[in-house]
Amino acid sequence: MFTFDDNTRLTVLATSITLAILSNKAEADVPGRLISESEIAAWDISIPPSGAGLPEGSGSVADGAELYAAQCAFCHGATGTEGPADRLVGGFGSLTSDAPTKTLGSFWPHATTAFDYIRRAMPFYAPGSLKDSEVYAVTAYLLHLNGILPEDARLDAQSLRAVTMPNAAGFVAAYPSDN
Amino acid sequence: MQRYVNVSEKVAGGGLLHRRTLLGVAAFGGVAAAGKSLAAPLAVPEWSEVPGLPMSGYGQPSPFEAHVQRPVLGLYPEGTGDGAGVSFTPLEHLEGTITPNGLFFERHHSGIPEIDPTRHELVIHGLVRQPRVFTSEDLVGMPLITQTVFLECAGNSLFNSLAEPQQRSAGEIHGLIGAAEWTGVRLADLLDLVGIDPRATWILAEGADAAKQSRSIPLSKIIDGDAMVALYQNGERLRPEQGYPMRLVLPGWQGSMQTKWLRRIKLVDGPTQTKDETSKYSLSQKDGRAQQFIFEMGVKSVITRPSPGIAPTRPGLYQISGLAWSGAGRIVRVQVSADGGTSWADALLDGDARPKMLTRFRLPWDWSGEPALLMSRATDEMGAVQPTRMEWYAPWAPEQLYHQNAIQVWSVAATGEVQNVYL
Repeated sequence: MFTFDDNTRLTVLATSITLAILSNKAEADVPGRLISESEIAAWDISIPPSGAGLPEGSGSVADGAELYAAQCAFCHGATGTEGPADRLVGGFGSLTSDAPTKTLGSFWPHATTAFDYIRRAMPFYAPGSLKDSEVYAVTAYLLHLNGILPEDARLDAQSLRAVTMPNAAGFVAAYPSDN
Repeated sequence: MQRYVNVSEKVAGGGLLHRRTLLGVAAFGGVAAAGKSLAAPLAVPEWSEVPGLPMSGYGQPSPFEAHVQRPVLGLYPEGTGDGAGVSFTPLEHLEGTITPNGLFFERHHSGIPEIDPTRHELVIHGLVRQPRVFTSEDLVGMPLITQTVFLECAGNSLFNSLAEPQQRSAGEIHGLIGAAEWTGVRLADLLDLVGIDPRATWILAEGADAAKQSRSIPLSKIIDGDAMVALYQNGERLRPEQGYPMRLVLPGWQGSMQTKWLRRIKLVDGPTQTKDETSKYSLSQKDGRAQQFIFEMGVKSVITRPSPGIAPTRPGLYQISGLAWSGAGRIVRVQVSADGGTSWADALLDGDARPKMLTRFRLPWDWSGEPALLMSRATDEMGAVQPTRMEWYAPWAPEQLYHQNAIQVWSVAATGEVQNVYL
């Protein structure tokens, strides 16, 4: 909804200035500076469900188990169920109960979200410290603990895209997602 | 003292008076005090006898106001998530509708980054004609706009989702909201500078904090919408805890989308399905499925005076005061009940009711000293009426706690003590 009221004229003015800049002024007069997508790479870390942008590399459940014990278990518990930070494992069949247990396995609809979030924000006190292959490994281990991947699994961009989460159909978009 | 007229004109049960009733100032705070003579003559205090303190570079509240603080609530045990939590705007200690910057609520997912603005940049890329990077000084040099709007956390009032009413202050229950005059750049103007690819339908907004907090926002909120990149809050640069040097402001929408420490906007062709729009900030239905992308904050109100800890001291005349707001637009009506919803009186809306902004409401109340149940119920210009707690709960799973906009009930005991109760 448009609610600028008295600012509408200012906004129109601003837009026309912008257009004038783009059509007539030298690049040096346009606010900000140009940048190429390759220069943005270090920041371009968001991974949508399509898996677009997933990096090279791969990691195994076994590698993930070691990393988890060393870097994750202190907050999330030895088996991903003990906390004190968010529970990551189990809770299957609980979503319709009065006390649902919402975990990566029981609730999260997309495996790509796990890769994205672990890479951007975990471990809590050193986010961004895991190599891409280690993020694949930790993701693989957590999916294995939730019974989604076998013990000998290895994750890379292609196999992560192929994962279907148990609760993939459990979400309804209140706002049209193709809008 | 003609101003005492109409004191007896009750318009609803429990002693509620007409909103335009003129009342003598002396009548407030209890009629018993009105005729009481002072026990001691006026003294000249020491601060009137010597020159006071000199000027200062940045003013601070009176030391006598030091008790007015944001209550802080960490979400995890120490050493397992420090800096992840909230602090609450102390609504019961404030008046008017603008939240002071130092008392504006906080919600951080990984602490407050200490950003040097000369090294902070905002990149806009993805489905654009040409990516660009902006410093905050670049943005300050662009045409600026100001919007005075509230900003509310999707988890505000979550304590009233719990099975038993929690005995907390109004701010500790409903204080994950603040309102400010925000000044910055229209996000649509920034997107014009990079050129929008027609395939773009959403953006991904990302912060520079340690969690790189990220959310998806539909492009419709930006093009012909009111989304802005704010640089100033109530006239001064943003505070670090509010996203210094730049943050998104999305008027009327849930707070967690209004990305602080904004560092990146990527134009994309659908939602990115980030952690905070799937596993969090989704609303669980009774059938176990969860609704995503409920963005707008519902119509809501709360009485801040009286409220727990802000109690009437003796029977007599009081002014009930509270806040109402809606993410859909203006507040057009606030009704108050003192008898648990049996009867209602229209409150006075103080000042202009502005869209997506807090509106202060007031109503005189002649408290008899009998137990009372105080409630307020807001209506917005779209016709939406604030629900009761049971009505609000109807579609949701028992543990669902986001977007809680139910009517608050304060019980006032004969002693004057105010408590949080469910009806």
